[in-house]
Amino acid sequence: MIRPSLDDLYRDKVILDHCRNPRNSNELKSPDLKADAVNPFCGDEIHFQLLVDSHDSVQAVGAQGVGCAINRASGSLFSEAIIGKTINEVSDFSRAFSRIMESHDLHESEYARQFGAISALFRVREFPVRIKCALLASSALTTNLR
Amino acid sequence: MFDINEVRKEFPILGRKVNGKQLTYMDNAATTQKPRCVIEALTDYYENYNANVHRGVHTLSVEATDRFEAAREKVASFINAETSKSLIWTRNASESLNFVMHSWGAKNISAGDEIVLTPMEHHSNLVPWQQLARQRGALIKYLEMTPEGILDLDRLDSVIGERTKLVSVTHMSNALGTINPVRKLAEIAHSVGAKFLVDGAQSVPHMATDVQEIGCDFLTFSGHKMLGPTGIGALYVQMDTLETMEPYYTGGEMVLEVTYEDASWAALPMKFETGTPNIADVISFGVAIDYLNQLGMANVREHERSLTEYALHRFEVVESEGVDVFGPRDVDLRGGIISFNAKDVHPHDLGTFLDQEGIAIRTGHHCAMPLVKSFGLSATARASFYVYNTREEVDRLVEALLAALRYFRNDSTQS
Repeated sequence: MIRPSLDDLYRDKVILDHCRNPRNSNELKSPDLKADAVNPFCGDEIHFQLLVDSHDSVQAVGAQGVGCAINRASGSLFSEAIIGKTINEVSDFSRAFSRIMESHDLHESEYARQFGAISALFRVREFPVRIKCALLASSALTTNLR
Repeated sequence: MFDINEVRKEFPILGRKVNGKQLTYMDNAATTQKPRCVIEALTDYYENYNANVHRGVHTLSVEATDRFEAAREKVASFINAETSKSLIWTRNASESLNFVMHSWGAKNISAGDEIVLTPMEHHSNLVPWQQLARQRGALIKYLEMTPEGILDLDRLDSVIGERTKLVSVTHMSNALGTINPVRKLAEIAHSVGAKFLVDGAQSVPHMATDVQEIGCDFLTFSGHKMLGPTGIGALYVQMDTLETMEPYYTGGEMVLEVTYEDASWAALPMKFETGTPNIADVISFGVAIDYLNQLGMANVREHERSLTEYALHRFEVVESEGVDVFGPRDVDLRGGIISFNAKDVHPHDLGTFLDQEGIAIRTGHHCAMPLVKSFGLSATARASFYVYNTREEVDRLVEALLAALRYFRNDSTQS
Protein backbone atom coordinates (compact mmCIF):
# COMPACT_ATOMS: atom_id res chain seq x y z
CA MET A 1 0.00 0.00 0.00
CA ILE A 2 1.20 3.48 -0.84
CA ARG A 3 1.70 5.41 2.33
CA PRO A 4 -0.67 8.32 2.84
CA SER A 5 1.11 11.58 2.19
CA LEU A 6 0.63 14.86 3.89
CA ASP A 7 -1.19 16.22 0.86
CA ASP A 8 -3.66 13.36 1.24
CA LEU A 9 -4.38 14.56 4.72
CA TYR A 10 -4.69 18.24 3.89
CA ARG A 11 -6.44 17.01 0.76
CA ASP A 12 -6.12 19.00 -2.45
CA LYS A 13 -5.45 21.94 -0.21
CA VAL A 14 -9.19 22.04 0.57
CA ILE A 15 -8.46 21.63 4.25
CA LEU A 16 -5.61 24.13 4.24
CA ASP A 17 -7.76 26.60 2.31
CA HIS A 18 -10.66 26.32 4.75
CA CYS A 19 -8.27 26.55 7.67
CA ARG A 20 -6.62 29.71 6.39
CA ASN A 21 -9.79 31.30 5.05
CA PRO A 22 -12.60 29.98 7.22
CA ARG A 23 -16.07 30.57 5.77
CA ASN A 24 -18.91 32.03 7.85
CA SER A 25 -16.49 32.83 10.61
CA ASN A 26 -18.34 35.88 11.97
CA GLU A 27 -20.14 35.13 15.21
CA LEU A 28 -23.92 35.53 14.89
CA LYS A 29 -25.09 37.72 17.74
CA SER A 30 -28.66 36.48 18.30
CA PRO A 31 -28.73 32.91 17.04
CA ASP A 32 -31.77 30.62 17.27
CA LEU A 33 -29.54 27.66 18.05
CA LYS A 34 -25.97 27.11 19.20
CA ALA A 35 -23.63 24.13 19.25
CA ASP A 36 -20.28 24.07 21.04
CA ALA A 37 -17.72 21.37 21.74
CA VAL A 38 -14.26 21.25 23.29
CA ASN A 39 -11.57 18.58 23.24
CA PRO A 40 -9.79 19.16 26.56
CA PHE A 41 -6.84 16.98 25.56
CA CYS A 42 -5.63 19.16 22.70
CA GLY A 43 -7.57 22.35 23.34
CA ASP A 44 -9.54 22.21 20.09
CA GLU A 45 -12.81 24.14 20.25
CA ILE A 46 -15.71 24.59 17.87
CA HIS A 47 -18.58 27.06 18.16
CA PHE A 48 -21.60 27.21 15.83
CA GLN A 49 -24.46 29.71 15.78
CA LEU A 50 -27.48 29.03 13.56
CA LEU A 51 -30.35 31.19 12.32
CA VAL A 52 -33.37 29.10 11.24
CA ASP A 53 -36.57 30.15 9.45
CA SER A 54 -40.18 29.17 10.25
CA HIS A 55 -39.72 25.87 8.35
CA ASP A 56 -36.83 24.92 10.61
CA SER A 57 -34.41 25.46 7.75
CA VAL A 58 -30.92 26.88 8.39
CA GLN A 59 -30.62 30.37 6.89
CA ALA A 60 -27.27 31.50 8.23
CA VAL A 61 -24.36 29.98 10.17
CA GLY A 62 -21.53 31.36 12.24
CA ALA A 63 -18.66 28.95 12.86
CA GLN A 64 -15.49 29.56 14.89
CA GLY A 65 -12.92 26.80 15.20
CA VAL A 66 -9.94 27.07 17.54
CA GLY A 67 -6.93 24.75 17.42
CA CYS A 68 -5.52 22.56 14.69
CA ALA A 69 -6.00 22.92 10.95
CA ILE A 70 -8.29 19.92 10.66
CA ASN A 71 -10.69 21.10 13.34
CA ARG A 72 -10.78 24.65 12.00
CA ALA A 73 -11.33 23.41 8.44
CA SER A 74 -14.11 21.05 9.46
CA GLY A 75 -15.92 23.88 11.24
CA SER A 76 -15.72 25.95 8.07
CA LEU A 77 -16.74 23.06 5.80
CA PHE A 78 -19.73 22.22 7.99
CA SER A 79 -20.82 25.85 8.11
CA GLU A 80 -21.20 25.76 4.31
CA ALA A 81 -22.68 22.28 4.17
CA ILE A 82 -25.57 22.82 6.54
CA ILE A 83 -27.01 26.02 5.09
CA GLY A 84 -30.41 25.21 3.57
CA LYS A 85 -30.83 21.99 5.55
CA THR A 86 -33.54 21.53 8.16
CA ILE A 87 -32.43 20.93 11.74
CA ASN A 88 -33.29 17.25 11.40
CA GLU A 89 -31.27 17.05 8.21
CA VAL A 90 -28.32 18.74 9.91
CA SER A 91 -28.46 16.14 12.62
CA ASP A 92 -28.74 13.21 10.16
CA PHE A 93 -25.97 14.64 7.97
CA SER A 94 -23.60 15.10 10.92
CA ARG A 95 -24.35 11.63 12.22
CA ALA A 96 -23.76 10.07 8.78
CA PHE A 97 -20.47 11.98 8.51
CA SER A 98 -19.33 10.75 11.94
CA ARG A 99 -20.26 7.18 11.03
CA ILE A 100 -18.08 7.27 7.91
CA MET A 101 -15.21 8.91 9.82
CA GLU A 102 -15.32 6.15 12.38
CA SER A 103 -15.57 3.33 9.83
CA HIS A 104 -12.68 1.61 8.14
CA ASP A 105 -14.32 1.81 4.76
CA LEU A 106 -11.96 4.05 2.83
CA HIS A 107 -13.86 4.42 -0.45
CA GLU A 108 -14.64 8.03 0.14
CA SER A 109 -15.30 8.64 -3.55
CA GLU A 110 -18.65 6.88 -3.15
CA TYR A 111 -19.65 9.52 -0.69
CA ALA A 112 -18.20 12.49 -2.53
CA ARG A 113 -21.48 13.36 -4.24
CA GLN A 114 -23.53 13.01 -1.09
CA PHE A 115 -21.14 15.02 1.05
CA GLY A 116 -19.61 17.47 -1.44
CA ALA A 117 -16.54 19.44 -0.33
CA ILE A 118 -16.72 18.03 3.17
CA SER A 119 -15.69 14.61 1.83
CA ALA A 120 -12.15 16.03 1.79
CA LEU A 121 -12.13 15.21 5.50
CA PHE A 122 -12.61 11.48 4.88
CA ARG A 123 -8.91 11.12 4.06
CA VAL A 124 -8.13 12.02 7.66
CA ARG A 125 -9.07 8.39 8.40
CA GLU A 126 -5.66 7.39 7.09
CA PHE A 127 -4.16 9.28 10.05
CA PRO A 128 -5.98 7.56 12.91
CA VAL A 129 -4.65 9.84 15.65
CA ARG A 130 -6.18 12.84 13.87
CA ILE A 131 -9.70 11.45 13.38
CA LYS A 132 -10.91 13.06 16.59
CA CYS A 133 -9.87 16.46 15.18
CA ALA A 134 -12.26 15.94 12.26
CA LEU A 135 -15.08 14.72 14.51
CA LEU A 136 -15.41 17.69 16.88
CA ALA A 137 -17.64 19.76 14.57
CA SER A 138 -19.93 16.87 13.67
CA SER A 139 -20.22 15.74 17.28
CA ALA A 140 -21.15 19.29 18.33
CA LEU A 141 -23.89 19.40 15.68
CA THR A 142 -25.09 15.88 16.51
CA THR A 143 -25.26 16.08 20.28
CA ASN A 144 -24.92 19.70 21.43
CA LEU A 145 -27.29 21.63 19.15
CA ARG A 146 -29.74 23.57 21.28
CA MET B 1 32.97 10.77 26.16
CA PHE B 2 31.25 7.83 24.50
CA ASP B 3 31.23 7.26 20.74
CA ILE B 4 27.72 8.17 19.58
CA ASN B 5 27.94 5.93 16.51
CA GLU B 6 28.78 2.95 18.70
CA VAL B 7 25.87 3.84 21.00
CA ARG B 8 23.42 4.06 18.11
CA LYS B 9 24.41 0.60 16.91
CA GLU B 10 23.16 -0.83 20.20
CA PHE B 11 19.59 0.36 19.58
CA PRO B 12 17.96 -1.87 16.96
CA ILE B 13 14.91 0.40 16.50
CA LEU B 14 17.07 3.30 15.27
CA GLY B 15 17.61 1.33 12.06
CA ARG B 16 13.96 1.40 11.06
CA LYS B 17 12.21 3.75 8.73
CA VAL B 18 9.01 5.63 9.54
CA ASN B 19 6.88 6.81 6.62
CA GLY B 20 9.77 6.01 4.32
CA LYS B 21 12.23 8.17 6.27
CA GLN B 22 14.99 7.35 8.70
CA LEU B 23 13.53 7.38 12.23
CA THR B 24 14.52 10.42 14.29
CA TYR B 25 13.30 9.63 17.78
CA MET B 26 12.90 12.72 19.95
CA ASP B 27 10.17 11.69 22.37
CA ASN B 28 12.50 10.48 25.10
CA ALA B 29 10.76 12.35 27.90
CA ALA B 30 7.75 10.11 27.20
CA THR B 31 9.73 6.88 26.93
CA THR B 32 13.19 5.92 25.69
CA GLN B 33 14.28 3.25 23.22
CA LYS B 34 15.95 0.07 24.48
CA PRO B 35 19.48 -1.16 23.83
CA ARG B 36 19.96 -4.71 22.60
CA CYS B 37 21.30 -5.86 25.99
CA VAL B 38 18.02 -4.91 27.70
CA ILE B 39 15.90 -6.62 25.06
CA GLU B 40 18.07 -9.73 25.29
CA ALA B 41 17.88 -9.76 29.10
CA LEU B 42 14.09 -10.08 28.87
CA THR B 43 14.34 -13.09 26.56
CA ASP B 44 17.17 -14.58 28.59
CA TYR B 45 15.04 -14.63 31.73
CA TYR B 46 12.07 -16.29 30.04
CA GLU B 47 14.22 -18.75 28.07
CA ASN B 48 16.70 -19.75 30.75
CA TYR B 49 15.67 -19.15 34.35
CA ASN B 50 11.99 -18.19 34.52
CA ALA B 51 10.83 -18.90 38.07
CA ASN B 52 9.17 -17.12 40.95
CA VAL B 53 11.42 -15.29 43.41
CA HIS B 54 11.92 -15.51 47.17
CA ARG B 55 10.36 -18.95 47.47
CA GLY B 56 11.18 -22.46 46.45
CA VAL B 57 14.56 -24.05 46.84
CA HIS B 58 14.97 -25.14 43.26
CA THR B 59 17.79 -23.85 41.08
CA LEU B 60 15.73 -21.67 38.77
CA SER B 61 14.10 -19.85 41.68
CA VAL B 62 17.47 -19.26 43.29
CA GLU B 63 18.92 -17.87 40.05
CA ALA B 64 15.91 -15.63 39.47
CA THR B 65 16.02 -14.38 43.08
CA ASP B 66 19.75 -13.65 42.90
CA ARG B 67 19.42 -11.59 39.76
CA PHE B 68 16.25 -9.89 40.98
CA GLU B 69 17.97 -8.75 44.16
CA ALA B 70 21.17 -7.88 42.27
CA ALA B 71 19.08 -5.47 40.19
CA ARG B 72 17.86 -3.84 43.41
CA GLU B 73 21.49 -3.38 44.48
CA LYS B 74 22.36 -1.84 41.11
CA VAL B 75 19.48 0.63 41.12
CA ALA B 76 20.03 1.53 44.78
CA SER B 77 23.71 2.25 44.22
CA PHE B 78 22.88 4.15 41.00
CA ILE B 79 21.13 6.76 43.17
CA ASN B 80 23.65 6.27 46.01
CA ALA B 81 21.08 5.00 48.52
CA GLU B 82 22.54 4.03 51.91
CA THR B 83 21.12 0.54 51.52
CA SER B 84 19.14 -1.40 48.94
CA LYS B 85 16.53 -1.99 51.66
CA SER B 86 15.36 1.54 51.02
CA LEU B 87 14.46 0.80 47.39
CA ILE B 88 10.94 -0.45 46.63
CA TRP B 89 9.83 -1.72 43.23
CA THR B 90 6.70 -0.18 41.73
CA ARG B 91 5.17 -0.16 38.26
CA ASN B 92 6.33 3.38 37.45
CA ALA B 93 6.98 6.82 38.95
CA SER B 94 3.25 7.53 39.16
CA GLU B 95 2.70 4.46 41.30
CA SER B 96 5.68 5.44 43.47
CA LEU B 97 4.07 8.82 44.11
CA ASN B 98 0.70 7.27 44.90
CA PHE B 99 2.47 4.89 47.24
CA VAL B 100 3.97 7.81 49.21
CA MET B 101 0.58 9.52 49.25
CA HIS B 102 -1.13 6.44 50.76
CA SER B 103 1.62 4.95 52.92
CA TRP B 104 3.14 8.14 54.31
CA GLY B 105 0.73 10.96 53.46
CA ALA B 106 -2.45 9.47 54.87
CA LYS B 107 -0.76 9.03 58.25
CA ASN B 108 1.15 12.32 58.39
CA ILE B 109 -0.99 14.95 56.69
CA SER B 110 -3.88 16.37 58.72
CA ALA B 111 -6.35 19.24 58.55
CA GLY B 112 -4.62 22.60 58.17
CA ASP B 113 -1.31 21.09 57.05
CA GLU B 114 0.28 22.37 53.88
CA ILE B 115 1.80 20.54 50.93
CA VAL B 116 4.14 22.62 48.76
CA LEU B 117 4.53 21.92 45.04
CA THR B 118 5.85 23.85 42.05
CA PRO B 119 3.72 25.15 39.15
CA MET B 120 5.64 22.85 36.78
CA GLU B 121 4.67 19.48 38.25
CA HIS B 122 3.59 16.55 36.09
CA HIS B 123 0.00 15.49 36.87
CA SER B 124 1.44 12.48 38.69
CA ASN B 125 3.02 14.75 41.33
CA LEU B 126 -0.06 16.96 41.53
CA VAL B 127 -3.28 14.94 41.37
CA PRO B 128 -2.44 12.52 44.25
CA TRP B 129 -1.71 15.48 46.55
CA GLN B 130 -4.93 17.20 45.50
CA GLN B 131 -6.79 14.02 46.45
CA LEU B 132 -5.01 13.73 49.78
CA ALA B 133 -5.50 17.42 50.58
CA ARG B 134 -9.23 17.10 49.89
CA GLN B 135 -9.55 13.99 52.09
CA ARG B 136 -7.58 15.52 54.95
CA GLY B 137 -8.58 19.16 54.78
CA ALA B 138 -4.99 20.09 53.96
CA LEU B 139 -3.88 22.92 51.68
CA ILE B 140 -1.68 22.87 48.57
CA LYS B 141 0.63 25.82 47.99
CA TYR B 142 2.80 26.53 44.97
CA LEU B 143 6.29 27.99 44.79
CA GLU B 144 6.58 30.93 42.44
CA MET B 145 8.18 30.71 39.02
CA THR B 146 9.65 33.31 36.67
CA PRO B 147 8.25 33.64 33.12
CA GLU B 148 11.32 31.72 31.92
CA GLY B 149 10.22 28.78 34.06
CA ILE B 150 12.77 29.05 36.89
CA LEU B 151 11.71 28.79 40.55
CA ASP B 152 11.89 32.11 42.35
CA LEU B 153 13.99 31.22 45.41
CA ASP B 154 13.75 34.72 46.86
CA ARG B 155 10.08 34.15 47.56
CA LEU B 156 10.26 30.71 49.17
CA ASP B 157 9.71 32.01 52.70
CA SER B 158 6.17 33.13 51.95
CA VAL B 159 5.24 29.62 50.79
CA ILE B 160 7.24 27.20 52.95
CA GLY B 161 6.55 27.63 56.66
CA GLU B 162 5.66 25.95 59.92
CA ARG B 163 2.53 24.33 58.53
CA THR B 164 4.41 22.74 55.63
CA LYS B 165 4.54 18.96 56.06
CA LEU B 166 5.76 18.01 52.60
CA VAL B 167 7.63 19.74 49.79
CA SER B 168 7.31 17.70 46.59
CA VAL B 169 9.24 18.93 43.57
CA THR B 170 10.23 17.67 40.14
CA HIS B 171 14.00 17.60 39.70
CA MET B 172 13.57 18.25 35.98
CA SER B 173 10.38 19.57 34.39
CA ASN B 174 9.11 17.31 31.61
CA ALA B 175 7.41 20.27 29.94
CA LEU B 176 10.11 22.97 30.21
CA GLY B 177 13.34 21.11 30.89
CA THR B 178 14.01 23.26 33.98
CA ILE B 179 16.40 21.65 36.48
CA ASN B 180 15.32 22.63 39.99
CA PRO B 181 17.75 23.27 42.90
CA VAL B 182 16.64 20.24 44.91
CA ARG B 183 19.53 20.30 47.37
CA LYS B 184 18.69 23.80 48.51
CA LEU B 185 14.98 23.03 48.59
CA ALA B 186 15.68 19.96 50.75
CA GLU B 187 17.50 22.15 53.27
CA ILE B 188 14.65 24.63 53.41
CA ALA B 189 12.01 21.89 53.72
CA HIS B 190 13.90 20.21 56.53
CA SER B 191 14.48 23.52 58.31
CA VAL B 192 10.71 23.73 58.92
CA GLY B 193 10.43 20.02 59.73
CA ALA B 194 8.81 19.04 56.42
CA LYS B 195 9.65 15.96 54.37
CA PHE B 196 11.14 16.47 50.92
CA LEU B 197 10.17 14.43 47.86
CA VAL B 198 12.00 14.54 44.53
CA ASP B 199 10.13 13.44 41.41
CA GLY B 200 13.11 12.09 39.48
CA ALA B 201 11.25 10.69 36.47
CA GLN B 202 13.08 13.10 34.12
CA SER B 203 16.31 13.65 36.05
CA VAL B 204 17.48 10.20 37.18
CA PRO B 205 17.77 9.02 33.53
CA HIS B 206 19.80 12.05 32.48
CA MET B 207 22.22 13.04 35.26
CA ALA B 208 24.04 11.48 38.20
CA THR B 209 21.68 11.29 41.18
CA ASP B 210 22.82 11.10 44.79
CA VAL B 211 19.99 10.91 47.30
CA GLN B 212 22.36 11.45 50.21
CA GLU B 213 23.84 14.58 48.68
CA ILE B 214 20.39 15.93 47.79
CA GLY B 215 19.12 14.99 51.23
CA CYS B 216 15.69 13.91 50.02
CA ASP B 217 13.30 11.71 51.98
CA PHE B 218 11.67 10.27 48.87
CA LEU B 219 12.77 9.82 45.26
CA THR B 220 10.47 8.45 42.55
CA PHE B 221 11.44 7.33 39.04
CA SER B 222 10.59 4.99 36.14
CA GLY B 223 12.64 2.34 34.35
CA HIS B 224 11.24 2.89 30.87
CA LYS B 225 12.47 6.49 30.72
CA MET B 226 16.06 5.27 31.22
CA LEU B 227 16.48 2.49 28.64
CA GLY B 228 14.66 -0.09 30.78
CA PRO B 229 11.40 -1.92 30.06
CA THR B 230 7.94 -0.49 30.73
CA GLY B 231 6.11 -1.61 33.85
CA ILE B 232 8.95 -1.14 36.31
CA GLY B 233 9.53 1.87 38.53
CA ALA B 234 11.19 2.55 41.84
CA LEU B 235 10.65 4.40 45.07
CA TYR B 236 13.52 5.34 47.36
CA VAL B 237 12.61 6.23 50.93
CA GLN B 238 15.20 7.36 53.45
CA MET B 239 15.43 4.58 56.07
CA ASP B 240 14.32 6.57 59.13
CA THR B 241 11.14 7.54 57.30
CA LEU B 242 10.64 4.13 55.69
CA GLU B 243 10.67 2.45 59.09
CA THR B 244 7.65 4.51 60.18
CA MET B 245 5.59 3.58 57.12
CA GLU B 246 2.90 0.93 56.88
CA PRO B 247 2.26 -1.19 53.79
CA TYR B 248 -0.31 0.03 51.31
CA TYR B 249 -0.81 -3.29 49.55
CA THR B 250 -1.07 -6.44 51.62
CA GLY B 251 -1.20 -10.15 50.80
CA GLY B 252 1.36 -12.75 49.85
CA GLU B 253 5.14 -12.25 49.77
CA MET B 254 5.04 -9.21 52.11
CA VAL B 255 4.28 -11.16 55.30
CA LEU B 256 6.38 -12.81 57.98
CA GLU B 257 3.72 -14.85 59.73
CA VAL B 258 0.01 -15.22 59.09
CA THR B 259 -2.67 -16.73 61.31
CA TYR B 260 -6.42 -16.86 60.68
CA GLU B 261 -6.70 -13.74 62.82
CA ASP B 262 -3.65 -11.63 62.07
CA ALA B 263 -0.44 -11.14 60.12
CA SER B 264 2.98 -9.64 60.74
CA TRP B 265 5.07 -8.00 58.07
CA ALA B 266 8.21 -9.18 56.37
CA ALA B 267 11.43 -7.20 56.73
CA LEU B 268 12.21 -4.17 54.56
CA PRO B 269 11.81 -3.75 51.68
CA MET B 270 9.72 -6.89 51.20
CA LYS B 271 6.90 -5.65 53.39
CA PHE B 272 6.04 -3.10 50.72
CA GLU B 273 6.03 -5.55 47.79
CA THR B 274 3.10 -7.90 47.74
CA GLY B 275 2.42 -10.58 45.15
CA THR B 276 4.71 -11.89 42.42
CA PRO B 277 6.80 -8.94 41.29
CA ASN B 278 7.68 -7.89 37.75
CA ILE B 279 10.73 -10.17 37.69
CA ALA B 280 11.81 -9.98 34.04
CA ASP B 281 11.50 -6.20 33.92
CA VAL B 282 13.31 -5.67 37.23
CA ILE B 283 16.26 -7.75 36.02
CA SER B 284 16.29 -5.99 32.64
CA PHE B 285 16.07 -2.59 34.37
CA GLY B 286 19.27 -3.64 36.17
CA VAL B 287 20.87 -4.33 32.78
CA ALA B 288 19.83 -0.84 31.60
CA ILE B 289 21.56 0.56 34.70
CA ASP B 290 24.72 -1.39 33.78
CA TYR B 291 24.59 0.12 30.32
CA LEU B 292 24.16 3.68 31.64
CA ASN B 293 27.02 3.15 34.11
CA GLN B 294 29.18 1.99 31.23
CA LEU B 295 28.43 5.24 29.36
CA GLY B 296 28.93 7.21 32.58
CA MET B 297 26.20 9.51 33.86
CA ALA B 298 28.50 12.53 33.74
CA ASN B 299 29.01 11.79 30.04
CA VAL B 300 25.27 11.33 29.50
CA ARG B 301 24.61 14.74 31.06
CA GLU B 302 27.42 16.41 29.09
CA HIS B 303 26.21 14.88 25.81
CA GLU B 304 22.70 16.23 26.40
CA ARG B 305 23.89 19.58 27.69
CA SER B 306 25.96 20.09 24.58
CA LEU B 307 23.19 18.85 22.27
CA THR B 308 20.65 21.15 23.97
CA GLU B 309 23.01 24.11 23.62
CA TYR B 310 23.35 23.30 19.92
CA ALA B 311 19.58 22.86 19.54
CA LEU B 312 18.78 26.18 21.25
CA HIS B 313 21.25 27.86 18.92
CA ARG B 314 19.77 26.17 15.84
CA PHE B 315 16.26 27.06 17.02
CA GLU B 316 17.07 30.77 16.73
CA VAL B 317 16.11 30.60 13.06
CA VAL B 318 12.82 28.89 13.99
CA GLU B 319 12.18 31.53 16.64
CA SER B 320 12.68 34.26 14.07
CA GLU B 321 9.81 32.61 12.16
CA GLY B 322 7.41 33.27 15.03
CA VAL B 323 7.95 30.16 17.15
CA ASP B 324 8.19 30.54 20.93
CA VAL B 325 10.68 28.34 22.81
CA PHE B 326 9.90 27.83 26.50
CA GLY B 327 12.12 27.19 29.50
CA PRO B 328 15.49 28.46 30.75
CA ARG B 329 18.04 29.66 28.17
CA ASP B 330 20.94 28.66 30.42
CA VAL B 331 21.72 25.02 29.57
CA ASP B 332 23.21 24.49 33.02
CA LEU B 333 19.67 24.95 34.36
CA ARG B 334 18.02 22.87 31.69
CA GLY B 335 17.84 19.26 30.57
CA GLY B 336 17.55 17.96 27.02
CA ILE B 337 14.00 19.14 26.44
CA ILE B 338 12.90 21.79 23.93
CA SER B 339 9.26 22.81 24.26
CA PHE B 340 7.99 25.16 21.59
CA ASN B 341 4.90 26.58 19.96
CA ALA B 342 4.19 28.28 16.64
CA LYS B 343 1.65 31.02 17.12
CA ASP B 344 -0.31 30.15 13.98
CA VAL B 345 0.32 26.42 13.45
CA HIS B 346 -1.18 24.04 15.98
CA PRO B 347 1.26 21.55 17.60
CA HIS B 348 -0.77 18.60 16.31
CA ASP B 349 -0.40 19.81 12.74
CA LEU B 350 3.35 20.24 13.30
CA GLY B 351 3.49 16.76 14.87
CA THR B 352 1.76 15.15 11.89
CA PHE B 353 4.05 16.96 9.46
CA LEU B 354 7.19 15.90 11.35
CA ASP B 355 5.93 12.31 11.57
CA GLN B 356 5.80 12.26 7.78
CA GLU B 357 9.51 13.09 7.92
CA GLY B 358 10.13 10.22 10.33
CA ILE B 359 10.60 12.60 13.28
CA ALA B 360 8.87 11.57 16.51
CA ILE B 361 8.10 14.42 18.90
CA ARG B 362 5.40 14.84 21.54
CA THR B 363 2.53 17.27 21.10
CA GLY B 364 -0.08 18.14 23.70
CA HIS B 365 -0.15 19.27 27.31
CA HIS B 366 2.60 16.83 28.47
CA CYS B 367 0.52 15.88 31.51
CA ALA B 368 1.14 19.39 32.83
CA MET B 369 -2.19 21.02 31.89
CA PRO B 370 -2.09 23.85 34.47
CA LEU B 371 1.45 24.82 33.41
CA VAL B 372 0.68 24.83 29.69
CA LYS B 373 -2.50 26.82 30.40
CA SER B 374 -0.48 29.36 32.39
CA PHE B 375 1.37 30.13 29.15
CA GLY B 376 -2.01 30.83 27.54
CA LEU B 377 -1.84 27.60 25.52
CA SER B 378 -3.59 24.25 25.45
CA ALA B 379 -0.71 22.37 23.84
CA THR B 380 2.93 22.70 22.87
CA ALA B 381 5.32 20.63 20.77
CA ARG B 382 8.26 19.03 22.57
CA ALA B 383 11.48 17.46 21.35
CA SER B 384 13.43 15.59 24.04
CA PHE B 385 16.88 14.02 23.69
CA TYR B 386 18.79 11.05 24.99
CA VAL B 387 22.12 9.30 24.59
CA TYR B 388 21.57 8.34 20.93
CA ASN B 389 20.46 11.72 19.55
CA THR B 390 22.86 13.60 17.30
CA ARG B 391 23.44 17.11 15.99
CA GLU B 392 22.48 15.86 12.52
CA GLU B 393 19.09 14.89 13.95
CA VAL B 394 18.68 18.36 15.46
CA ASP B 395 19.42 19.80 12.01
CA ARG B 396 16.80 17.47 10.53
CA LEU B 397 14.27 18.65 13.12
CA VAL B 398 14.97 22.33 12.46
CA GLU B 399 14.77 21.93 8.69
CA ALA B 400 11.54 19.94 8.93
CA LEU B 401 10.03 22.57 11.25
CA LEU B 402 10.85 25.34 8.80
CA ALA B 403 9.32 23.26 5.98
CA ALA B 404 6.20 22.68 8.12
CA LEU B 405 5.79 26.42 8.75
CA ARG B 406 6.09 27.06 5.02
CA TYR B 407 3.58 24.28 4.25
CA PHE B 408 0.91 25.54 6.60
CA ARG B 409 1.48 29.21 5.91
CA ASN B 410 2.10 29.24 2.17
CA ASP B 411 -0.68 31.36 0.73
CA SER B 412 0.09 30.57 -2.92
CA THR B 413 -2.20 27.55 -2.71
CA GLN B 414 -5.29 29.55 -1.84
CA SER B 415 -8.22 29.02 -4.11
